[in-house]
Amino acid sequence: MEKWIERQKHIIDFTVSSLLRRRGKNAALITVYAFVIFMLASVVFFVQAIKREASIILQDSPDLIIQRMSAGRHELIPVSYGDRIRSIRGISAVKSRLWGYYYDSVTGANYTLMVSQDPRVSAGRIVIGAGVARARIAFAGDTIEFRAYDGAIIDLEVKDTINSQSELVSSDLILVSGSDFRRLFRVPAGYATDLTAKVRNPKEQPMVALKVATLLPDTRQILKEEILRTYDAAFNWRGGMIIVILSGMLMAFIILAWDKASGLSSEERREIGILKAIGWETSDVLLLKFWEGMILSLSSLFSGILLAYAHVFFTSSFLFEPALKGWAVLYPRFKVAPFIDPFQLATLCFLAVVPYIVATIIPVWRTATVDPDSVMR
Amino acid sequence: MRKSSLFLLYLLVNALLFVLMFVHASHQQTASMPSLKEKAFLIERLGLTDLCIFTEASYTRHLSQADLHTPFQDAPMSLEHFPSGSLVSPSPIIRKIDGKVD
Repeated sequence: MEKWIERQKHIIDFTVSSLLRRRGKNAALITVYAFVIFMLASVVFFVQAIKREASIILQDSPDLIIQRMSAGRHELIPVSYGDRIRSIRGISAVKSRLWGYYYDSVTGANYTLMVSQDPRVSAGRIVIGAGVARARIAFAGDTIEFRAYDGAIIDLEVKDTINSQSELVSSDLILVSGSDFRRLFRVPAGYATDLTAKVRNPKEQPMVALKVATLLPDTRQILKEEILRTYDAAFNWRGGMIIVILSGMLMAFIILAWDKASGLSSEERREIGILKAIGWETSDVLLLKFWEGMILSLSSLFSGILLAYAHVFFTSSFLFEPALKGWAVLYPRFKVAPFIDPFQLATLCFLAVVPYIVATIIPVWRTATVDPDSVMR
Repeated sequence: MRKSSLFLLYLLVNALLFVLMFVHASHQQTASMPSLKEKAFLIERLGLTDLCIFTEASYTRHLSQADLHTPFQDAPMSLEHFPSGSLVSPSPIIRKIDGKVD
């Protein structure tokens, strides 16, 4: 065993010296390789953390949401629909929600306005999310102007701001009183944006939704389970930019591996020829190239993954910010908890190391089995 | 020191950092519980349904509340023009409605 370890160490000594002789080329290779892994791992970490956080906190979202549809669009729902929904067995409570969007022409930001029973909210007084406070540079005691549906200017006083810890769900929120909301958007009394229902037995939710659909055919029902699945599907690897990033990175990696697999440089071929000529076995040469692949891929893998972890969980994915921000003026500043999926990480490690080593070994094996004299010529 | 020993030391340091990464993640998960509970409490109290990741378009601000008719409605032949719309996949709720329409 000791002899075997000593043999490996001698070969690693030689491999490191060989790599250092071509330090410029190898440093460039490690940088590109590490960057590919860094981008892949960053996407994996960010998506996994968002999905996990959504699955935890959205467990407390409404069991069932009922929205009225008219001519294929979401319409205001009569609050009286709630009484009919309440009559369905299995429903323990029905509440109405008043919420909507407000475009702020001063900053160019979109806010979500919501009526709340929060004791800090009353007629003329609002509570704002941390993102709104940043966009409007508004704090408790300040007033914010809103333009109502008829063009009238309504001044609402900021009573408080929502804790920035919960910015991931509340950054663009403005909590207003029911009377102010109806005044701003001309929502008639007796109407709400949608209704929420509490279902006693979670297993009965789909059945209750079906009963609501039969009772009120002009409504659509959104189950809590569907809300939870939304975030699983939204950041699915098959969808949107994620597949673009993944395929780009995969292509870069294939080019990298193809370059290695398509043949060795004349310098590398000469080196193998000399080693064979001075008595190295084919297995020794293969071992040398195996360690070379290991050193390059492991160095890239470790640095790529560790940098990706720091990028996502210490710097709030600042490289993704321009893509996530899009054209939005109001961008929530949130930090996600580092939920890592060991299986995904193991898959990433496997995909980053094994194909590269295989791609390196095959051309070396082809060269090492040829007569050293012809290789050196 | 031999180059092989230096390399093994380098591997050991990296493996240690890797383990530390998992330890840090586990510690941070526990530490973030109060913040997660606060968010969950806010969601329950206000009846919220979505994460506030994108604020530029209503259908990406409230992913679970989006409907089939919201995107692409600005003009005939108008393609998706909000960057966030190309970042995320549609909700399964939309696919359900889509099924009915088709």
